[in-house]
Amino acid sequence: MSSSPVIFEVRDLQVIRGGSLILNVPSFAVSQGELLVLIGPNGAGKSTLLQALSALVTPSRGEILFRGRRIGTEIALLQYRRKLAMVLQEPLLFDTTVYHNVASGLKIRGMKRDKIEPIVAKTLERFGIAHLKDRSARTLSGGEARRASIARAFATDPEVLLLDEPFSALDPIMRETLLEDLEQVLQETRITTIFVTHDRIEALRLATRLGVMGTGEILQSGSPEEVMNRPVNEFVASLVGVENILHGRVTGKNEGSFTVSLSGQTIEAIGAMETGDQVILCIRPENVILSNIASGNPVGSGNTFPANVERITAMGPYQKVELNCGFPLVTYVRGHTLSALSIKQGTEVLASFDARSIHVIKERPAAHS
Amino acid sequence: MDLIFEGLKKAFWLLVSFDPEVMGITLLSIKVSGSATLISLVIGISVGAGVALTRFPGRRIVVSLINTGMALPPVVVGLFVTIFLWRNGPLGILGILYTPLAMIIAQAIIATPIVMGITLAAVQQLPDKLRLQILALGATRMQMIWILVKEAKLSLFAAVMAGFGGVISEVGASIMVGGNIMGYSRVLTTATVMETSRGNFDVAIALSLILLLLAYLINLALTQVQQRERPR
Repeated sequence: MSSSPVIFEVRDLQVIRGGSLILNVPSFAVSQGELLVLIGPNGAGKSTLLQALSALVTPSRGEILFRGRRIGTEIALLQYRRKLAMVLQEPLLFDTTVYHNVASGLKIRGMKRDKIEPIVAKTLERFGIAHLKDRSARTLSGGEARRASIARAFATDPEVLLLDEPFSALDPIMRETLLEDLEQVLQETRITTIFVTHDRIEALRLATRLGVMGTGEILQSGSPEEVMNRPVNEFVASLVGVENILHGRVTGKNEGSFTVSLSGQTIEAIGAMETGDQVILCIRPENVILSNIASGNPVGSGNTFPANVERITAMGPYQKVELNCGFPLVTYVRGHTLSALSIKQGTEVLASFDARSIHVIKERPAAHS
Repeated sequence: MDLIFEGLKKAFWLLVSFDPEVMGITLLSIKVSGSATLISLVIGISVGAGVALTRFPGRRIVVSLINTGMALPPVVVGLFVTIFLWRNGPLGILGILYTPLAMIIAQAIIATPIVMGITLAAVQQLPDKLRLQILALGATRMQMIWILVKEAKLSLFAAVMAGFGGVISEVGASIMVGGNIMGYSRVLTTATVMETSRGNFDVAIALSLILLLLAYLINLALTQVQQRERPR
């Protein structure tokens, strides 16, 4: 990744609106060819960051460099914006035909009509909307409008693509097909992309790098694998789907491992901690394995606890099982596994998870959150 | 009853015979009100869109002034244009009082706030993010305003209709600054006033019918375009 040239470099960026700091990014960079997905709850500053990167909001402080040149001084705003393309949550198509919508970015750039035509034709084809070219944009379905909106962005052959929750209002099937097509185009073009979403599944599927935002800051960014499995704090952990977040105190240590006491149970985890340290244990639900108490033969090693099944919720192909082992624990299992183990609400089972699958965060004495 | 019937008969005859005086009056009406509407469109749309898209101190006051302007009484406009163009007035040197040009000026002053107010409301109604999207597509500020105005075009047809409707039917300002001079500054409304006061109801009815027909035809044409453009 480091060999690719840096596209964006953000230094000390702050956006203040209505007296409150809504974006605060001390330093951040995006490299060529990256597909950075930003996730975070509403109001985390994701859209503001995109708008700042596309020079649509003026930072209150700091600067953004595009290929090493300061936006607004070393590279003119207009010239800069014409290197990017942005797709917002709403398709925001113009009140004209699909063709003219997709052509609009090129027309704005003053391109001749005969040059525009083949580009638009190709783009329409690529997004599967060639048959809609003469349709009025106002008559399109939600999915078609999104396609037209993305095609409009691609038509200008941007160096960077900024997508702000483009699929959030679509139904799951429409979303899936559109996501597949976008994925393919992004892979083909290898265009540098920043994609904002609050859908974790979407994020993991697309990202070559995952950034987690909260309260105007980028809390963590790294490979999806890294962010998923080694979140830097509890907030990030909960956002990336770590459903088991346990707070405890280190009560003993061995070589390379330590134990934490929690509601009368002792959990073993890997890492160098000191006795007395306050820690947060993050256990992804998929790493928790259930076995029948009668078999007495827990799968996996290390931490095994008798548990009571408190609640089972159907979640599509999986069942969410909430357990009480003295501390709460959540896992997901397939329906047939539950019946094979004859697990029902109220059943006593064994829950186990590998010490190596626990991600440990050392709790800092609360300075401020 | 007879009066009306006779009036209608005479009116019909004046119309089908293409009475040169009536035709002259009609043409002048179209010319004066058409020019005034065109002027009001240029000023009204650009200022209206500009105000809709800019934030500046005192903006609210400006917006409410524009909205008040939409109800500007033609006689008040007539009074002030007369004063300005009066021989000893600030613009008396131009010597255009009691000319069609003076009427165009007065009517443009009446129509401009109407077009401006409707444009302002129409552009303001467009989604906020649309502006960002247009800029993100690489538009200059002027291109952005032009695209937004085009996006508001359905409402702008209403602005044209309201502006033209307002001035073709006004009489106070036209009579004050035009003087209702026969064959020179007499338009449909001023002629109707005069003929009515003289008791020539037949001519007055003929003129009124033409006025109504004119207003109808122009609005019909604009409505056609507007409804064709309507999102389906």
